[in-house]
Amino acid sequence: MTDLSRRHLLRAGAAAGGGLLLSFSLPFGSQAATAFAPNAYVRVGEDGSIVLTMPYVEMGQGTYTAIPMLIAEELEVGLGQVKLEHAPPDEKTYGNPLLAGVQATGGSTAIMASWQPLRQAGAVARALLVAAAAKRWNVEPAACRAEKGEVVHPPTGRRLKYGAVAADAARLPVPKDVPLKDPKDFKLIGTPAKRLDAPAKVNGTAVYGIDVRPRGVTIATLTQSPVFGGKLKSVDDTAAKAVKGVRQIVRLDDCVAVVADHMGAAKKGLAALKIEWDDGPHARLATADVARELEQATLNAGPVAENIGDAAKALESAATKVEATYQVPFLAHATMEPMNCTVHVAKDHCEVWVGTQVAARAQAAAAKVTGLPLEKVVLHNHLIGGGFGRRLEVDGVTRAVQIAQKVDGPVKVVWTREEDIQHDMYRPYWFDRLSAGLDETGKPVAWNHRFAGSSVIARWLPPGFNNGLDPDSIEGAAKFIYGLPNKRVEYLRVEPPGIPTAFWRSVGPSHTIFVVESFMDELAAAAKQDPVAYRLALLDKTPRTKAVLTLAAEKAGWGEALPAGIGRGVSVQNVFGSHLAQVAEVEVAKDGTVRVRRVVAAIDCGIVINPDTVRAQIESATIFGISAALYGEITLKDGRVEQSNFDTYRVLRLDEAPKIEVHIVQSGDVPGGMGEPGTSAIVPAIANAIFAATGKRLRKMPIDSELLKRPA
Amino acid sequence: MAYSIKINGKTHNVDVDGDTPLLWVLRDVLGMTGTKFGCGIAQCGACTVHVDGAATRSCVTPVESLNGSAITTIEAIGGTAAGAKVQKAWLDREVVQCGYCQSGQIMAAAALLAANPKPTDSDIDDAMSGNICRCGTYGRIREAIKQAAQPATQSKGG
Repeated sequence: MTDLSRRHLLRAGAAAGGGLLLSFSLPFGSQAATAFAPNAYVRVGEDGSIVLTMPYVEMGQGTYTAIPMLIAEELEVGLGQVKLEHAPPDEKTYGNPLLAGVQATGGSTAIMASWQPLRQAGAVARALLVAAAAKRWNVEPAACRAEKGEVVHPPTGRRLKYGAVAADAARLPVPKDVPLKDPKDFKLIGTPAKRLDAPAKVNGTAVYGIDVRPRGVTIATLTQSPVFGGKLKSVDDTAAKAVKGVRQIVRLDDCVAVVADHMGAAKKGLAALKIEWDDGPHARLATADVARELEQATLNAGPVAENIGDAAKALESAATKVEATYQVPFLAHATMEPMNCTVHVAKDHCEVWVGTQVAARAQAAAAKVTGLPLEKVVLHNHLIGGGFGRRLEVDGVTRAVQIAQKVDGPVKVVWTREEDIQHDMYRPYWFDRLSAGLDETGKPVAWNHRFAGSSVIARWLPPGFNNGLDPDSIEGAAKFIYGLPNKRVEYLRVEPPGIPTAFWRSVGPSHTIFVVESFMDELAAAAKQDPVAYRLALLDKTPRTKAVLTLAAEKAGWGEALPAGIGRGVSVQNVFGSHLAQVAEVEVAKDGTVRVRRVVAAIDCGIVINPDTVRAQIESATIFGISAALYGEITLKDGRVEQSNFDTYRVLRLDEAPKIEVHIVQSGDVPGGMGEPGTSAIVPAIANAIFAATGKRLRKMPIDSELLKRPA
Repeated sequence: MAYSIKINGKTHNVDVDGDTPLLWVLRDVLGMTGTKFGCGIAQCGACTVHVDGAATRSCVTPVESLNGSAITTIEAIGGTAAGAKVQKAWLDREVVQCGYCQSGQIMAAAALLAANPKPTDSDIDDAMSGNICRCGTYGRIREAIKQAAQPATQSKGG
């Protein structure tokens, strides 16, 4: 972990509207510490208002509550006093230090990146406000303290509200080192704070990107070439134009859009179009082709992600050898809010309304299409109705701007669900080849893991792809939790033709943890040992990981008898800076149907900011992973995505949702990420539970119930 | 042609094709964006409104089928006894995450409780399994419905 505390710089100055402006620089990975540029702002107004410009966007993960808690804690204000603003696009100011300075909300990084600098910002602001009040009273600052938005001088009982001293505070020199609170004095951090965004989300007033209505806005929906890389050949729009409410048909190289008064007319118009496509080079592509190419790739050696000892030699002399191949499918994000973006392209400027995880990239995408300079593109960021990585991409912005260029006035481009699923950018397909050797006692003495698949990093953040490797693809496979004497991990980047890939909740570990934790289970079975005990014996060097595994097993009643057809499976991991173990209890019916009945999670994510958010994220990520394990699969036939809506791309529903118990380990370590760990952990736990219940090892996701059918 | 639609107690006249789904009349014609678009084929429940009190997927409900029915949306559900209880329970239980599906979830839950004040787990399964939540708030939804089904604490005078 980068030392975050060393590099922040703070400065105060007079805010435009009077009062104290405190800006602080998050420690960029790519920026020198001497770059004194601020990158997030706390404003204390003379009216006492406290406004935080949020460098991270809310998409359900609770960041709009947890991030303000960090500031409010040190600033000594109630959470209810903090108001939030979306950060404008500005990579230099709001770049995420843990994502190489890209202004991005993703990778479960927000709390890790903000933990020190945001508290420091609150602490410095408080110190300045206290100093200003002390000066006015002509007393020592040390004799004063801050509480609930006021400075108090206990000996005389005098009080001044923050707003009353904000202007004075702005003129004071900034103290260099303001000590942060001892965690034992935390009043807010660690307590279950209510979500600040919840009230607007239960009464219909929350505004997502899809809800914006600039004056005069029209609604467009679109159809893009059903085969990736195909082109529009011809379109007969006679019938579409006759639909009441349809205003215009927009033709692009690989897309047709219908602009209308409302989405109902736009969809009706779209259905009435007669379109011919030139399918292009991928017209025959099928998923099996992609899988075969990846499988072939793993027959040859690849760039070495990790090499300990001599795994090949150790395998040769091992008492027992275990070999397996694994596969995981392409997956769609299927966020509840379908892709959408509203754009107004005027002669010399452009305005964009969208919910995005990458505000600066969204702005740049609009600038690129229009040819306008960045400062002529105004971007309004909005609440996101589910991100899961989909809103780390700006293809939807590019597309909307292309359409808006041909439309007078603002146009809201809304994708149908079918378009959203069939033109997603997908979690990559991966193929894995593993072999391991066990000694006479069953202990693993050799571990070989080679896998092939798309590198999202290589496209999304090219400097992160080096020597054929990227840190995301190998997380959870290389440098994993287990202490093994001989280990070799190789990754081969193979980009599938004709299908775009992108980050998906729990990113690289969504693949690696499934494979590693399944294969570890295979080794335990080969050694005829208990899966929990087998893992514990390999976790001596990672005590926090060992502790969560022990706790999860205990809380789950590991080892207790279960009825026939029901099994328990376990997984354990340390990814995104958090340690998580899960035990899944799974029932396999005679017809092969799998039901996850209960999930027990034990998490050590370091210091907890908002324990209710930690629970909520484990619950959420677990359900997300169960959907993937049971149903998640995007397949191609004739270059076309075969799934189109929630009937063919199924996700878990309420009647299928298990009881999820979350046990949080008290910890004084720096906070880890929480948005994603539950998704990677649950998939192997389910597969391992199926093995426990049926003796069948599923090495390919999603679960194929046909393989689990028992004779009647 | 023009249709007269009664929404949240107010009558609106809209000039759209009769097969236009109510969802788009609400969102795009009348600007009531609390009701959400999720799938367009009654698979996800994000667009749920009440038509004469019954939970209805507005994305597949043509305006010509309404025939003077009373529509209630998320914007006004707090004005009903069941809706107010559900909204409070949703906040008490911290149900929401991204929140996008929650208008529909709340409308489905409010219709359930208005018709069945003491739903069993199985009743909740039946009423709520048509509503997808990608944030996976299902456990909390179930608990919130159970909370909302509790009789309000009676203040005992003295």
